[in-house]
Amino acid sequence: MTSRTTATIRLVLGRTVFYGVLTVMGLFMLLPFLWSLSTSLKPNEEIIALPIKWLPGSLTFEHYWSAFTTVPFARHFANSMLLAVAGVATNVLLGALAGYAFARLAFRGNRLLFRLLLASMMVPPVVTLVPSFIIVRSMPLVGGNDITGQGGAGLLNTYWAVILPGAVGAFAVFMMRQFFLALPKDLGEAARVDGCREFRIFWSIYLPLCRPALATLSVFTFVAGWNGFLWPLIVLNDPDMMTIQMSLAAFSYNQKTDYGPLMAGSIVAMVPTLLLFAFGQRYLTRGLAFTGTGSK
Amino acid sequence: MTRTLATGPDIRGPAAGRPRHGRRPERSAPGRHQARAGRAFTAPAMALFLVFTVLPVAGAFGLSFTTYDVLTPPSWAGLANYGRLLEDETFFTTLKNILYYCAMFVPAMIAISLALALALSRRLPGMAIFRTVYFIPVVTSPVAAATVWAWMLNSHYGPINEVLGYFGIPGPAWVGDGSTAMMSIVIVTLWQGVGSNMLIYLAGLQNVPAHLYEAAALDGAGRWRTFLHITWPSLRTTTFFVTTLSLIGAFQLFDQAYVMTKGGPGNTTLTPVYQIYETGFNRLQMGYASAQAFTLFVIIVAVTVINMRVNRDQVPE
Repeated sequence: MTSRTTATIRLVLGRTVFYGVLTVMGLFMLLPFLWSLSTSLKPNEEIIALPIKWLPGSLTFEHYWSAFTTVPFARHFANSMLLAVAGVATNVLLGALAGYAFARLAFRGNRLLFRLLLASMMVPPVVTLVPSFIIVRSMPLVGGNDITGQGGAGLLNTYWAVILPGAVGAFAVFMMRQFFLALPKDLGEAARVDGCREFRIFWSIYLPLCRPALATLSVFTFVAGWNGFLWPLIVLNDPDMMTIQMSLAAFSYNQKTDYGPLMAGSIVAMVPTLLLFAFGQRYLTRGLAFTGTGSK
Repeated sequence: MTRTLATGPDIRGPAAGRPRHGRRPERSAPGRHQARAGRAFTAPAMALFLVFTVLPVAGAFGLSFTTYDVLTPPSWAGLANYGRLLEDETFFTTLKNILYYCAMFVPAMIAISLALALALSRRLPGMAIFRTVYFIPVVTSPVAAATVWAWMLNSHYGPINEVLGYFGIPGPAWVGDGSTAMMSIVIVTLWQGVGSNMLIYLAGLQNVPAHLYEAAALDGAGRWRTFLHITWPSLRTTTFFVTTLSLIGAFQLFDQAYVMTKGGPGNTTLTPVYQIYETGFNRLQMGYASAQAFTLFVIIVAVTVINMRVNRDQVPE
């Protein structure tokens, strides 16, 4: 055998091992999706069959039906959707406005406020958990509260309890600012010389230029909002107000062995962000690379 | 996942480049308009920031010196909450648990995400598909993922023990056993988190100067030596970033412990955030919960600073 064929064999072997390892890893990453889908479509006796059955022998949708009828799953799905979409709308709008001002408008306190905002990203959310709850509960003049914020439940058990505290993250402002900084200054200067008002410069000239950044921010915010768990768990107690994540957690606590409906519920809770990922993958990964490298 | 640290972005504002002594922009009419617009544009964001971030951070500190059950007004308790904390065995159990978790989770996170990034940075066909597949868990709901994983790790009917059985390995009871429960959570959180750190490492790898690799190849350095002397040192900033993020996230572990184990069996997976949740919102001891949260905050800051020191000491030469 010549050394050349030995080299070829080694290369082919190396590549096979390389792809083999990546594929096994890939299967491991996908297994939870495949397994929960498979379980959710199996009849009960196949779910606890030994040895385990990897694929359903016969398909059934009864577990999806039961997941939606034993708890108001549809209502919880709608709650989550509303909260996540509202979070996207407020973060995109307020984040872009503030980000633009920090990037392009000269006003006193610009740098100080921005640095404060940046520093706040390093405060772990758990620190603000208890006081934020008290603030939401003590909102004056809502939910039966008087002007001093006493007497009622404030914003607890309302959508506002989730929407307001998450309306504009420091991350949204930071990301939009970095993006606006990268856009050419001259566009705005020219419009300003023509007497254009600042809001029109922002709205008609700069905002249309940052669609990719807005898309990235939207995808990020939606995923975070949809998957959020601890905060809604604290401020929403009314069964009608529950998010799908809370609903699933409660379901898994009460029906620990009812794996069919549980997996059906999990699939439903996972689908929206997975769909978004399928269509908006480039925005997500771009945004992540952005946070990772500090970007230019 | 929207909580991130910036590694050296340009934080200079628009005024940064202006001469210090020139006419202040706010004095002229267009300048005044611009300043007014700037304040108006930032006002909603800053108002929310004040109410839901600045105020709570200050409040957390203040509350920790009070006794407060939400129903009656808070009363001053001095250092009583912190005194109680020092004698609270459960609190030390949660700290021990979370350190044990970090000790397994963080090194494994670095090793796996870096290994995946190194593999996928090779210019071979199909890498984009693997990148996508490894990233999918990142966007998956942690609650749903934990629910599914609890079922996957079922000792009788779960696929994990089934596969282990193929290799003749007797699978443990996973979440049902105090000695493996935390390990189960490590597996789930790794599964969920490696994708994003892999992407961060992939971005970091692109910034390693190519001439360093060329020089190493000229010196006849093998793969391992090249990694040790070129790749790993060049990725120091990235590793620091990934370690910091992983640590801060790890210390706030909650969702998986809540869904998979409820802190059990026998408190072996009870985490600090879980205890804060129980103290504050189940027992309505807001003052004591604040003291716990604030102590956890100080510990996170301390760990981050130590991490920074360690990384700085590793600077070659």
